[in-house]
Amino acid sequence: MSESKKITYKSGKEPDAREYRLIFRNIDREGWDPSLDCYLKEGGYEMLKKALKMEPKDITEEVKKSGLRGRGGAGFPTGLKWTFIPPNNTKPVYLICNCDESEPGTFKDRYIVHQDPHQLIEGMIISCFAVGAKKAYIYMREEFPEAAKIVEKAIAEAKKKKFLGKNILGSGFDLEIYIHRGAGAYICGEETGLIESLEGKRPYPRIKPPYFPAALGLWMCPTIVNNVESLCHVKHIVEMGGDEYAKLGVARNTGTRIVCVSGDVKKPGYFEIEVGKVTMRELLYEMCGGPKDGREFKAVIPGGSSSKILRCDEKFNLKNPDGTERELNFWDIPMDFDTLAACGSMAGSGGVIVMDDSRKMSWVLNNINHFYAHESCGQCTPCREGSMWMRKISDRIAGGEARPDDVALLESVAYQIDGRTICAFGEASSWPVEAIIAKYRDELIAETSEENDYHSEEQTLRESMLIRK
Amino acid sequence: MSDCTNFTVPAALEAEADEAISHYEESKRAAVLPLLHLIQHEFGFISEPAVHWVANKLELEPIKVLEVVTFYPGLRQHAPGEFHIRVCRTLSCAMAGSGELMEKFCDLAKIDRSKSDSHHHPIAVSPCGKFSVEFAECLASCGTGPVCLVNDDFHEAITEDKAEALLKQYSSKTAAE
Ligand SMILES: Cc1cc2nc3c(=O)[nH]c(=O)nc-3n(C[C@H](O)[C@H](O)[C@H](O)COP(=O)(O)O)c2cc1C
Ligand code: SF4
Ligand code: FES
Repeated sequence: MSESKKITYKSGKEPDAREYRLIFRNIDREGWDPSLDCYLKEGGYEMLKKALKMEPKDITEEVKKSGLRGRGGAGFPTGLKWTFIPPNNTKPVYLICNCDESEPGTFKDRYIVHQDPHQLIEGMIISCFAVGAKKAYIYMREEFPEAAKIVEKAIAEAKKKKFLGKNILGSGFDLEIYIHRGAGAYICGEETGLIESLEGKRPYPRIKPPYFPAALGLWMCPTIVNNVESLCHVKHIVEMGGDEYAKLGVARNTGTRIVCVSGDVKKPGYFEIEVGKVTMRELLYEMCGGPKDGREFKAVIPGGSSSKILRCDEKFNLKNPDGTERELNFWDIPMDFDTLAACGSMAGSGGVIVMDDSRKMSWVLNNINHFYAHESCGQCTPCREGSMWMRKISDRIAGGEARPDDVALLESVAYQIDGRTICAFGEASSWPVEAIIAKYRDELIAETSEENDYHSEEQTLRESMLIRK
Repeated sequence: MSDCTNFTVPAALEAEADEAISHYEESKRAAVLPLLHLIQHEFGFISEPAVHWVANKLELEPIKVLEVVTFYPGLRQHAPGEFHIRVCRTLSCAMAGSGELMEKFCDLAKIDRSKSDSHHHPIAVSPCGKFSVEFAECLASCGTGPVCLVNDDFHEAITEDKAEALLKQYSSKTAAE
C-alpha cells in the first residue's frame, strides 16, 4: 500500500498528533472523494483480492487473533460472534451492517459512509466471504439521505468492477449488498429490533435467548450484525494480519477506535486513537483543548448517553490482575473497554459527552429521560411505563416543582426497569438515571422543596408503588 | 373511509418500487419501509389510500402497513410544510443551543408550536405552508451542534445568523429545485 505517500488533510481538519489513523485515514483528506477511482488509486480492493485467496475460516481466525471487539456498543469480540453460526447450518447466511448510528453522542459512522464508502464495502465483502453470506444489507438511518445516495453509487461502481455480484473477481463467490433505510427510531440500532424492522415489521426487539441473530436472525436464518466501524476494521486485519493488528492498543483492548467528543470542550470532534493509549486527561485537555474559558469540567458520559456518567473528581478502586487493588483518578482512565467497565461505566459506542460546571445535572438528566421516553418501543411494560414516569419526575425536578423524596422515587423507577426487559434499552434508559442520582443526589435534592405540593397522577403512583431497590 | 381505490402513483415511482421489492426475494413484506419512503418522498406524507396501495403491492393486510407508519417518527400521516425542518433536541445539541434554535426558526417562520407534543402532533406548520418544524432525536453529528435537517439537506453549527440566512435561502426556493 501507498503508506509512504504523504497525506495532507484539509486545513483545520488535521488529525491530532496522538491519533492513529487507520479507519479515518482518508477522512477530511485533501483531494479525497468517495469515488471508486479515488479508492482504487490508494490500493482499494487489494485486500479483497488477498482475502478471496484465503480460506474463509482462516479470515475468521485472523479476526479472532486480532482481538477486535465490536464498535457498536457492546464490545463483543467480532471473530467469536462469527463462529456462532451453527456449524451444521443449511440455511442462507446474511450479514447486516449496522449503520443506524443513533446512540446520542456518537458521530463516527457518518463520516465513513459520507467520505469513504468503499472502505466499508470492501470490509463487508471480506466479512461476507468469511461467514458465507451471499446477501448483505446496510441498515442505514433515514436521517442520512446524502449518505444513502453516496453508498448506493459506490455499490453500483463496485458491481461494475466485479467486486460485487456474481462470481466476484472470478472466485466463484457471489454477493449482493443492498441499502435498507430506517425511519427515525433509535431502537432500530438494537440488532434484533433492526432485523424486525428490515423484515418490514415494527422494530420490536426479540428476546435472547433464543433469538441470537447468529443462529436465528433475518428471516430466522443465521445473521451477522456488525457496526460500520467494526466491518471496516476487518479490511485492515486482513492487511496487517491478526497478530500485527493486535499489537495496536493494549491487551484485550486491541486496535484503534474512533472516539467522538461533544459538549463543553473547546474543540469537539472525532479522534481515532489506539484503544487504551490515551487517557481522559489527554483526550479532554490536550486533544479537545480543555474546558471553555472560565469553566471547569464537571462530568463526562464516556460511551454514548446510555453509559453511566462519571464525575471528573471521582476516584476508583480497581482490582489488578494479581488481586491487589489500586486507586485510579478519573483523569487517568485510559480510553479502553475494560477500564471504563471497571470504573462502573462503559466504552460503548465511543461517544464522549462532556459537561462543565455551568450545567445543572437535573437538566442533563431530564434531557436524557426525554430521549428514552420518546424512543422506548413500548413492547415491555417496565420500559414503556418506566421511561415515561422517569421523564415526568425529572420534568418536575428540573422545573423546580419536585419534592425531596421525588429523587428517591425516580431512582426506584430506574431500578425497576433495569434487568426486567426484553432488550438492553431497559439498561440504556435506567443506567443514566441510576448513575446521575448516585453521583449528584445532593445537587438534585437541593433543587426540590418540601413546600412543593401537587395533586396529580404522580402522587397516586407514589402511594401505590412498591418502592424497591 | 376515504376512497382507497383511485390512488395512483407516477410510473417512475412504480418502477422504483418494483426495484426495491426485488431486493427482498425472501419476503415482499420487507419492502414496506422502502415503499413508504418512496411514497412520502413523492407526496410529502402517507395518506390512507397510499397505505392501501402499499398493502396491495406487497400483498399484505393494510393494518400491517399502517402499524409500521404509526410506529416510526420518520413517517408522517399529515402534510408538513414545503420545507420540513428537523432540529436535533438531544443532549449535545441542547447544550449547544438547539432549544433556542427551534424558537428562532418558529419566530422567523411564524410557527406556533404550542399545540405540538413529541408523540402525537410533533409537526407544526407555518401559516403560509412554506415551513414546518419538528424536534428530532440525535442526528449523529453531536460535535457540530446545533444541527438540523431541512428536507434532505443537513446543516450544522447553526448560529442565530445562520438560522436567518437559511430561512431566507429556502424562502426563495421551491422544494422541487
Ligand atoms: C438500544 C440499543 C441501540 C443500539 N444502537 C446501535 C447503533 O445505533 N449502532 C450500532 O452499531 N449498534 C447499536 N447497538 C448495538 C447493536 O445491538 C449490536 O450489538 C451491534 O450493532 C453489533 O455490532 P458490533 O459487534 O460490531 O459492535 C444498539 C444496542 C441497543 C441495545
Ligand atoms: S426494553 Fe424497551 S425498547 Fe427494549 S423491547 Fe422492551 S420496551 Fe422495547
Ligand atoms: S445530539 Fe444532536 S446530533 Fe447528536
